[in-house]
Amino acid sequence: MNVQPHTVKAFGEELNQLSSDVARMGGLAEALVADCIQAVVRRDGDLAASIIDRDKQVDVMEREIEKRVIRIIALRQPMATDLRATIAAYRISHDLERIGDLAKNIARRTHVLNESEPVVLTRGVERMGKLVVGHLHDTLNAYSSGAVDEAVTAWRADEEVDEHYNSLFRELLTYMMEDPRMISSSTQMLFVAKNLERIGDHCTNIAEMVHYLVTGEELHRAPPVPKSDLSDPA
Amino acid sequence: MTDATSIREAVERRLAKRYRAEARFRSFGIAAICFAIAVLLLLLGSIGYQSISAFTVNELSLPVTLERERVDPRGDGSPESLRAGSYNGILQDALREQFPSVTERAQLRELFALYTPLNAARLLNEVAENPGLVGQTIYFDMPISDHADLYLQGRITDSVRAEQSVAASPSGVSGEVSIRTDEPAFASLMAAAQNDLTERAEALERRASRYRNRAEGMDAGSAAERLISDAATAEAQAEVLRASAASALEETSLSSDLQSRLVEINGGVVKVETISQGGRVATGRALLPLVSADAANSWTIRTIEVPETERRFSDAQIVWTDALADAGLVTERFNTYLFTNADSREPELAGVQGALIGSILTMFVTMLLAVPIGVFTAIYLEEFAPKNKLTDLIEVNINNLAAVPSIVFGLLGLAVFINFFGLPRSAPLVGGMVLALMTLPTVIISSRAALKAVPPSIREAALGVGASRTQTVFHHVLPLALPGILTGSIIGLAQALGETAPLLMIGMVAFIADAPSLAPGGLTEPATVMPVQIYLWSDGAERAFEARTAAAIIVLLALMIAFNALAVFLRRRFEKRW
Amino acid sequence: MTEKIQTVYHANQPANPKVALDGVDVFYGPKQAVFGVTMGIPDRSVTAFIGPSGCGKSTVLRTINRMNDTIDIARVTGSVKIDGEEVNAKDVDPVILRARVGMVFQKPNPFPKSIYDNIAYGPRIHGLASSKSELDDIVETSLKKAGLWNEVSDRLDQPGTGLSGGQQQRLVIARAIAVSPEVILMDEPCSALDPIATAKIEELIDELRENYCIIIVTHSMAQAARVSQHTAFFHLGDLVEYGGTEEIFTNPHDQRTQDYITGRFG
Repeated sequence: MNVQPHTVKAFGEELNQLSSDVARMGGLAEALVADCIQAVVRRDGDLAASIIDRDKQVDVMEREIEKRVIRIIALRQPMATDLRATIAAYRISHDLERIGDLAKNIARRTHVLNESEPVVLTRGVERMGKLVVGHLHDTLNAYSSGAVDEAVTAWRADEEVDEHYNSLFRELLTYMMEDPRMISSSTQMLFVAKNLERIGDHCTNIAEMVHYLVTGEELHRAPPVPKSDLSDPA
Repeated sequence: MTDATSIREAVERRLAKRYRAEARFRSFGIAAICFAIAVLLLLLGSIGYQSISAFTVNELSLPVTLERERVDPRGDGSPESLRAGSYNGILQDALREQFPSVTERAQLRELFALYTPLNAARLLNEVAENPGLVGQTIYFDMPISDHADLYLQGRITDSVRAEQSVAASPSGVSGEVSIRTDEPAFASLMAAAQNDLTERAEALERRASRYRNRAEGMDAGSAAERLISDAATAEAQAEVLRASAASALEETSLSSDLQSRLVEINGGVVKVETISQGGRVATGRALLPLVSADAANSWTIRTIEVPETERRFSDAQIVWTDALADAGLVTERFNTYLFTNADSREPELAGVQGALIGSILTMFVTMLLAVPIGVFTAIYLEEFAPKNKLTDLIEVNINNLAAVPSIVFGLLGLAVFINFFGLPRSAPLVGGMVLALMTLPTVIISSRAALKAVPPSIREAALGVGASRTQTVFHHVLPLALPGILTGSIIGLAQALGETAPLLMIGMVAFIADAPSLAPGGLTEPATVMPVQIYLWSDGAERAFEARTAAAIIVLLALMIAFNALAVFLRRRFEKRW
Repeated sequence: MTEKIQTVYHANQPANPKVALDGVDVFYGPKQAVFGVTMGIPDRSVTAFIGPSGCGKSTVLRTINRMNDTIDIARVTGSVKIDGEEVNAKDVDPVILRARVGMVFQKPNPFPKSIYDNIAYGPRIHGLASSKSELDDIVETSLKKAGLWNEVSDRLDQPGTGLSGGQQQRLVIARAIAVSPEVILMDEPCSALDPIATAKIEELIDELRENYCIIIVTHSMAQAARVSQHTAFFHLGDLVEYGGTEEIFTNPHDQRTQDYITGRFG
């Protein structure tokens, strides 16, 4: 972003370290999300267990980034882009941690799903999951490269995720009404879909932060999409 | 490059050298200071030593009878009448009273030379002030003559007394007296005289032979002839000396170019003129009458080491001065005449008061002109004047003026103030004006430096609250620069105080016997100043002026130190921290 | 500088500025130090001038009370208006102007006089007080406004130079306030002070903001960020960027401002 190097080299290095940490954490979180969908789709208990384990790593990284941010603010008093970079790193790491948590939550559901019979519903969830992973990937790319356009595209794409969620919701509701035995597994699926929807929301947060980081201006929120009248179960 | 240990070694090797260089430099500095102090002490010491005799005076206190008919010839007691009195005669009589035996004219003249007739004027003034003294006998104090003073301080000659225990009988009490002794008590004097005569004869002969040798080496001519005739004269003189030396052991006449021998016997003093009968009889004049002509067993031969012809104070005067001193009529005290009298031809009455007043008046004029003009010029140039070619030119010229030799200012004063404006010569007014011209550049330069040293933040502060430039300068800058300005001005004035050259040009080098008055009227009276007074005295013919020159230098130095102390005091007093 | 710099102005420009500069150029002899500065400075707020050394920020500040008049070789062109009144007009007396526009300098420069006389000097020369008690009131109010009254009320007769650096600077501010100025110019007022004294001055500046138009030149960006509502960034005699302090410090528009405030100046 900045052509000139910092006069105080250590400061510049710290900022670089911070953004590379965030990128690394992003990669980790992205892998978690991708894997948790695989675990649901393939009913892979081992993969699910490893996800729960890897989420701890994400938590540790979040705390490290938080420490780093506090250190930079206290010692370097960052201004302008540096200030925005620092704050963005803090916020993004928080979002990534939440994404990790949600992925862990999805992975936990596989245990329950594995006990019931296989359902066809996994297709819709898989589609939605791929979409969310793609958005997360694009957003993190935008953060690393500073490409605002990519971030804005990813931000706008969240509506698509919401639509997916709504259709999945209706589908699951139909299944449950048709066959009461499906209620248990369908509910689990519903949670999975809801968590994916939340991950998408965190993606938009990250995209907004990337936009703020690069331009210094906040993205105007699109008028709230009318969501389903059901209360948020998460 | 090299590793750490070798760097350290290299540094250590050079370290000793560096420390040596530093120690060397310090010792040079200390040596220079010590040398300066030593020279200064030498200078001050020699001046101080020379001046000692000027700070004490031997005062003759004579009982003087102010007979009415002599003091008050008209008999009406009016000041006019009192001023017509013959006071010198009274003083002469008072002195004669001490030495009734002195009657001859030549001797009286010697006696009266023990004081200065100028003292008569002082007696007159005293009587004129207190007419009630007329008819009374008072003790009148006057400084003894400079030669007597120097003699009493031991600066004219040393004398040696040899106690004699041989019986001696004088032939009389006054006039020509011969002293007869049974043993040749005076033989040693004859031998000394013979020695002396022989030595002088030999010296003359050596000179004669030198002349002859030189004449031989020359071609015949008038120069050679003159040399030969000179040699002949010297030889003739030597022959006479040898003749008298040959007979000296039998009979010697002590001429005045030999050491004087005085015989003190029976309360009187006889100056030995001839010694005869192989040293048994000494004949001479009684300078002080003997009390009796009885034979005495205890008497003294006094040798005055400097021959009479080589001093300006005769044997008789020596004897009289001693007699006056023995009688308690001479007292040594601090020389107040030096401070209360103006200049005089007589060293014992000469003082620096006139020059001091002249200096004060001159400095007053200088200060009144140089300080305000200089300070205001400096303020204008430093604070108000635009910086352009013209002010640059003025600045350069001021700096150059500071380097102009002071005598040039004297010439300027002579040409402009005296010849053109017709101001009086020798007046402190003109002297002050000339010195003011000379001091102005110093005052301007030092004042500007002082103004420059005031931090600009003070000016900004004053301007920042809305003070005008004039208010800024006079309320803030000037008070802060004042110590510097005062110091510069005082040092400039001190420099002017010590200045002689320009004053010579405007006639302040005159002999001024009356001190000018300290009133404004004194500004146009003829006056002289301290340094010029020193210059005049250093030229004085009388030996006593030497001491007075040194004393005046000390007074001037004291004045300078006082000035500088004032400068330091003012600086301390007004200095403010910012 | 040959090409004309386009100043970046941020959105929230004051509608009716207290001090308005229009095309102000300053020359020191043949050298131009300030290039066509145009800006409006709002009343009852603190405006900070920042920029690297020699960028002309102090020079611009000094045009407002014509302090540049005191430098022989300085020449100012363009228009400086206070409340719409031209400052550089021939008929404006700099003395009256400087009573309206107080100034505080980098180094605390109290007069080497008593604390009382320091404050009373301005009112005295301007004849603001008709009696001793009135003058006493002015001194007390000024010292109170400058937050110094409690510290010095018992030693008003002692020299102002005996105070600590921070107290001296507050004394100087009190001295400026004493002549009831409308605008207070501060030229790096804290650069010679320790952090605590600096904090006190900053607090004071923040309090004074309610009544005065304050313009402060500072080298410390943190200070500009702390005390000011508006910030102007100068560079090589140009006004590069001017706007709300928050915006300048979080999102500067000009790359040079950006580089300067993030410490990347080459």
